[in-house]
Amino acid sequence: MIQFDGVTKRFGDREVLRGATLTVERGRTLGLIGPNGAGKTTLIKSLLGLCHPTAGEIRVNGRSIAGDDSYRTSVGYMPQIARFPENLTGAELFATVRDLRGASKPMDEALIDRLRLRDHLDSPLRVLSGGTRQKINAMLALQFDPALLVLDEPTAGLDPLSSATLKDELLDRRAAGATVLITSHIMSELEELCDDVALLLDGVIRFVGPIDTVTSLTRQGNLERAIAALMIREVA
Amino acid sequence: MTTVVSKIARAQGRDVLRSRWLIVYSAFFLLLAEGLLRFSGSDAMAVISLSMAALMVIPLATLMLSTMYVYGTRDFTELLLAQPIRRGDLYAGLYLGLALPTVAGFLAGVGLPFAVRGALGGQVGVLLGVGAALTFVFSAIGFCIALATEDRLRGMAAALGVWLFAAVLYDGIVLTLVALFSDYPIERPLLAVMLANPAELGRVMLLLRLDASALMGYTGAVFERFFGGYGFVVAGAVLGSWIVLPSVRAHRLFRLKDF
Repeated sequence: MIQFDGVTKRFGDREVLRGATLTVERGRTLGLIGPNGAGKTTLIKSLLGLCHPTAGEIRVNGRSIAGDDSYRTSVGYMPQIARFPENLTGAELFATVRDLRGASKPMDEALIDRLRLRDHLDSPLRVLSGGTRQKINAMLALQFDPALLVLDEPTAGLDPLSSATLKDELLDRRAAGATVLITSHIMSELEELCDDVALLLDGVIRFVGPIDTVTSLTRQGNLERAIAALMIREVA
Repeated sequence: MTTVVSKIARAQGRDVLRSRWLIVYSAFFLLLAEGLLRFSGSDAMAVISLSMAALMVIPLATLMLSTMYVYGTRDFTELLLAQPIRRGDLYAGLYLGLALPTVAGFLAGVGLPFAVRGALGGQVGVLLGVGAALTFVFSAIGFCIALATEDRLRGMAAALGVWLFAAVLYDGIVLTLVALFSDYPIERPLLAVMLANPAELGRVMLLLRLDASALMGYTGAVFERFFGGYGFVVAGAVLGSWIVLPSVRAHRLFRLKDF
């Protein structure tokens, strides 16, 4: 379970988060929606301890994460398209992260095959395409079977096939009981993957609820229309 | 050193060792050392010329490399921060992952031509030691600059500015001050001014051991006179603390930073 309690974050005089409050229940998948610059990435980074909130508290399974490193043992994080040490190979990158986490289970070889990464593992990361690097990213987040998955625009830059594979993986994890927090601008994707959606606008959570409530509440046929209607209503 | 530190340092070090700039950096010193040994007549002369080059190039190269490195590894740093490890360990791993290969590149480049001639030790040993120390110092200063400056371009400019000031302009400024205040007893303030600059300390240490008093400059002469025979030891100790100070500062910046 993840709880954001009045999380505020200021960068200089710019207030990115202004008391964001949100709960992701255990075993639920929540899609975090918001326009560019609403603070989605900052909220996620605060959850991971990359960013220190100016005020407010974040709790994972009931325990505050401030000054704690151990809770990240159960977290898998897939950042937005990222650049990694370009002279290392994918295999070396996996080995390093596994080593750091003290992973005892063998590498999830089947997942490598499902993501079709096998042929790319021994090339330096710099020669890999953006999509392949993104899949390596996904592999890093998924291979430890984390109870808590945090994904920042996971399918951005993926071809339709890889995107579908990744979504299947996420649905499997969801079925297996993982708690998932995911940001995306692709509403159809969230409709497919999520139980709940939350709308972040100007650093505040303006709406949280199950997906079907959003659509029925706004009397719109699909999530995209519904969120658009919500945003217009909130801004107005 | 905790195992986490060494694991990160190993991964980063492997990346750095395969990078083009480190090869260029080592090759530069290798060619320079080899050329000077061949054409300058004596080993001692070669060491003096190499020292002059190293005092300019090491601060410049390590400052630029470490700032670029911090900006370049930002995404990877964020990924590692999301793992269950302590921030302080991550900092130490990243720093050593850069500084150790850079030191190794310098030692190999300068050391090899001397080693094959069986001339390793003595004066060139001092150069290797001072060069390694300066690499640690200016790498840490580069970390400080890049961690404190969000904007990459401004960070690089600041690093260049630090180099210009510390390695190029400093001795000139000191001389100007000496000329301006020549009517006053300025030995002590002058010593303080010298201890405040690691590049200057490196220069003093080299010149005290290289029998090159003609090249010593004003500051070196003052230094030796003030500390008697202990000038070299004092300079070394202060240079050592110059490794610690920016490292502690960078470590703190890293722990508190919002990524």
